[in-house]
Order: sequence, then structure tokens, then C-alpha cells
Amino acid sequence: MRNFTTLFQHELRMLLISPATYLAAFFFYVVMGLLYWSILRDMIATAQDELPAVYFFKLFWLPTFFVVPLLTMRSVAGQRSDGTLDALFTTATSYSSIILSKFAGAYLFYLLLWVGTLCFPAITLLFFPHVAPLEALLERAAVTGSLLFIALSGFLFIAIGIFSSCLTRSQLVAGMLTFTALFAAIVGGSQIEGLTQYSADMNSWLQPLAGYLQVFQHLDDFSRGIIDTRPFFYYISTGSLVLGLATLVIEAKS
Amino acid sequence: MEIPPSIRVENLSRNYGTVAAIRNVSFEVKRGEIVGFLGPNGAGKSTTMRILSGLLPAHSGSARVAGLSVSEHPHELKKRIGYMLENNPLPNDMRVAEYLRFRAELKQVPARKVRQAVQDALEICDLARTARRKIIGTLSKGFRQRVGIADALLGKPEVILMDEPTIGLDPHQIQGIRKLIDSIRGRMTVILSSHILPEIERCCDRVIIINRGRVVASGTSADLRNEFLPESRMDITMQGDPKDLLAAIKRAGLSAEITASEELEGGIGKHCLQFEEATLAQSPELLKILSNENSFSLVSLAPRQPDMEEIFLAATKRSWEEPVEKSRLPAKAQPPSA
Repeated sequence: MRNFTTLFQHELRMLLISPATYLAAFFFYVVMGLLYWSILRDMIATAQDELPAVYFFKLFWLPTFFVVPLLTMRSVAGQRSDGTLDALFTTATSYSSIILSKFAGAYLFYLLLWVGTLCFPAITLLFFPHVAPLEALLERAAVTGSLLFIALSGFLFIAIGIFSSCLTRSQLVAGMLTFTALFAAIVGGSQIEGLTQYSADMNSWLQPLAGYLQVFQHLDDFSRGIIDTRPFFYYISTGSLVLGLATLVIEAKS
Repeated sequence: MEIPPSIRVENLSRNYGTVAAIRNVSFEVKRGEIVGFLGPNGAGKSTTMRILSGLLPAHSGSARVAGLSVSEHPHELKKRIGYMLENNPLPNDMRVAEYLRFRAELKQVPARKVRQAVQDALEICDLARTARRKIIGTLSKGFRQRVGIADALLGKPEVILMDEPTIGLDPHQIQGIRKLIDSIRGRMTVILSSHILPEIERCCDRVIIINRGRVVASGTSADLRNEFLPESRMDITMQGDPKDLLAAIKRAGLSAEITASEELEGGIGKHCLQFEEATLAQSPELLKILSNENSFSLVSLAPRQPDMEEIFLAATKRSWEEPVEKSRLPAKAQPPSA
């Protein structure tokens, strides 16, 4: 982990001066703001079974598909294409430090973006206090559970983005690879579950696996306050594995 | 007591797939020496430099840089060398001082010395007043090269490797870089590769020529001249028939041939004469004989020293003509015969 702190500080500085970061933040808040407004409008029009926060976080996949590629596509691919990654290797910096610093920078920013969405209920309470009471907008268990899910799943999603960025010199290709891999990770689980309906033989061994990969089910559980250790293990172990692979890829390509 | 060399390379080889990038490369560089690394594209210069900097492992052979084995201590080695990469990659969105501070931290310069190390590097490279706060992306090519050299100089490493530091620069900028390299002469060991051969000749104490992955020549410019172009040559400017000139030289008991001719105005021609035996010491005598000739008028006579370009061409040409297996290793590094 040589030079991790120096690289991490540098990553944060680079994220702050990179236009892609602001583009990602702008689109994220515009899209999520509109969705939140739409959820509130529906809630006023008709009675809803779930709290607005739960509905809101159920749409996590929508910003994930564009924010994660925007935050991670430049990280390694951009540096490899302009040669500055080679310059890093001329110093006594370990490959794992490079990958982890890039991951940590992007992950921290991703979390900050989501924490920033707590401003939506605050703005609602400030400017439209008649819409819903504080307890409904910021129900502690639902918000905490949902944010915990976002933090856990984000670990894997950002790791996928960093890994994709290691595979190519092109930022565009890295972004597309990230999008495809995220799609497979988020939607793939429910598709695998669909397969179990076709065969009883497959059902016996595929069902537990499919249950393990149900990203939307994980969110449901967390937002209801059910903290299961299996999703923790799934996201952390898979994310760590992907980061390990990313380290091997840059080592092999250096 | 003999001072150990800064760089000692013995029988270094590296392949890319089935292609041998370098084969049995051996050389030494003394402490404080500035050595030019010459070779055509694809000769193996960058591969050798990348191995010496610990970026790339060698497949066989050994290399010691700043007293450390490159294969055994690559991370420790990287703290003791400054390496300016080919094409000098720099982040376009950082300021010069900010970038150098970042690099100093990566090179593990002690925190209390980072500020001074950056200041020293900026001053040596004449960036302190002109470009300190500028964004790297807005700098000219010359200034970018200076930033790359300043990066290599950070923390006063024992050995500096510079891959094509003058590529793409105009003559003024090249002169600037030459002065910069001159300013660190004797303080650090420097290996620099370049295609600008006159610059190598002016900057470097010694030259190593590499071709097809082998060291084909090594020594000072004078050593290489004697080895590859031992014939004496003179530039003669005269009015008259060149055949009369050759006849007069023959009468003087010398043998020469005209290797190049150029017509100047007023029937005056400039010819390059290559003598088989004559040495520079015979020039005054030759001048006396030729100036007394009536068949032509002598305008000027000047000895012509082969420049680095000619030596380079002669050395690489000879290596192309040799079979690949016949490696010209320095006597010390020659593997023992069976």
C-alpha cells in the first residue's frame, strides 16, 4: 500500500477539477430531483403503500447506470491513454495502491452524491411543508437502511467501473463496458431467477444462487430494516475480487 | 580504492514474444558521467532504459543501478533514480509546482524537504519564475520538457535516465536543455537517449550505440571516430579540374579519392577528399604542395572530422552487415568461450 494516501488525496483533487465529475453530479441531481418530485406528486394524488424514501431509493439503478461510468471511466483508461499511468510506475508505488486510491476516490464521491439526496426531503419540508410530515419524508429506518444498501452495492458497482477502466485505453469503451457489466449485475439476478421456472432440476441449485444475486430484493430488505449478512458478504467479497482482478490487469499491462 | 560504477549491466536480454528486444547488452557507466544512448528506432534503447528503471523485468542477465540490483530491489531503486519517460507524459490539468509536489511525495521525499526539493528542481530547470503557477496543458513543448526533467531531478537522485529529452524541440529549446544537462554534470550520473546526434556529441562524455538489440559501439567520440572512420578526410575548395587535384596529390606520394563534390559560383568547386594513409599532421605539407600547383587555384583546405551522425551510421551499418549471433560485447563482458 505504498503511497496510498498521496494518491488518494490526488484522486480527490482530480475529481474536484474534472468536468466529468460535475457533469455526473448535475445529471444525478436533476434526474433524482425530478423523480423525487414525481414520487411526491403521486403520493399526494393517491395513497401509497410505501414511504417516498423507499420508492425513491428503489430507483437507485437509474442513476447508477450513468453516474458510475462517468465517475470511473477516466480513472485508469484516461491515465493509460495519456501515459501518466506509466509515470506513476516510475515511482515506488504499488499497483494495489493505484487501484485502491482510484476506487476510494470514486466511491467516496458516489456516497456523497447519495447523501446529498437527503436535501430533497429537507427542501420539501422547507418550501412545501403541507405535502407530508417529517416522519413520512425522513423515516429513519427506511433512509438508513436504503443508504446502507447504496453504500454496499456501490462498493461492487464502483469496483466494476474501475475494473472496466483497467481493461482499455479508451474512456468511451470503459464507460460502455461498465454500463454493460452493471446491467448484468443489477438485472442479471432477476433474469437467472426467471430461468428456474423452466426446469425443476435447475430449480434445486439455481434458486439459492438466484436469491443470493437479487439486488432489488436486497434493497427491499434493507429499506424495511432487515439487515442480512449475505448481501454484505456478496457485495464486499465480489467487489474485493473485482478490485484484485483490476490490480492484476494493470500489473500485466504495465 | 576503486569507485564502483553507477550503472553496471551484464548480458541483459529481454524478449517480446518471439522477438528479442535486447540481447546480451553489457556496459558500465561511471559515477557522475553523462552517457548518450544512441540507436535507430526499435534498437532496444527504451527497453534497456525501462529495465534499468525497474519498470520492466529482464529475461536474463543482471543490472545494478546506484548499487542496487534492479531485479531484487525495484522499489528501493525507484527512490534513487529519476526517469523521464519517452514522450514525457504529464497531466494537463495540474499546475507545475502542484505536479512536482505530488511527484516529490510519490518519490517519498521526506515531508519537510518536499518544498525545498520542488524549489530546487524548479530553479535548476529555470521554471521557478516563469512557469511555477502555470497549468501544464498551457505550456509550450520546451517548457513541458523542462517540467519532465525537473520531475526526474526531484530529490537529487543518484542516477537520471532520460528517454529522448530533446525530441520535438526547436534549436533554441535544445540548447536550453543542453545547458540544463551541463548544469548537473558531475553531480549526477545521466543516461540520455536522443536522435539529435550533434546534441549527444556536445552533451555527453561517452556514447553507447545500440542496434538490433546489441551494443555495437561504446566510447568517447574520438574513440568511435578511430574505430569506425579511421580515414582522414579534408574539405578542399579550388578553381579548376578535380582530376588535376587528384594528379597533384598522387605526385605528392599520397592516395585519395573524392567522395563528394559541390559546385560553387565562378567555377569554384568544393570537394571532400578521403585519404587512405595521410594523417592530420600531413596537412601543412599538403597545403604547401597544392598551393604551388599551376593547373588549379587552391582557395581553402580544411581537415574534416566525422561527426556523430557519420559515426552512428557507420556503426549501425556495420552491425546490420554482421550476422545477428556475432555480438560485439565489450571485452570484460564477453561470455567465456566453451
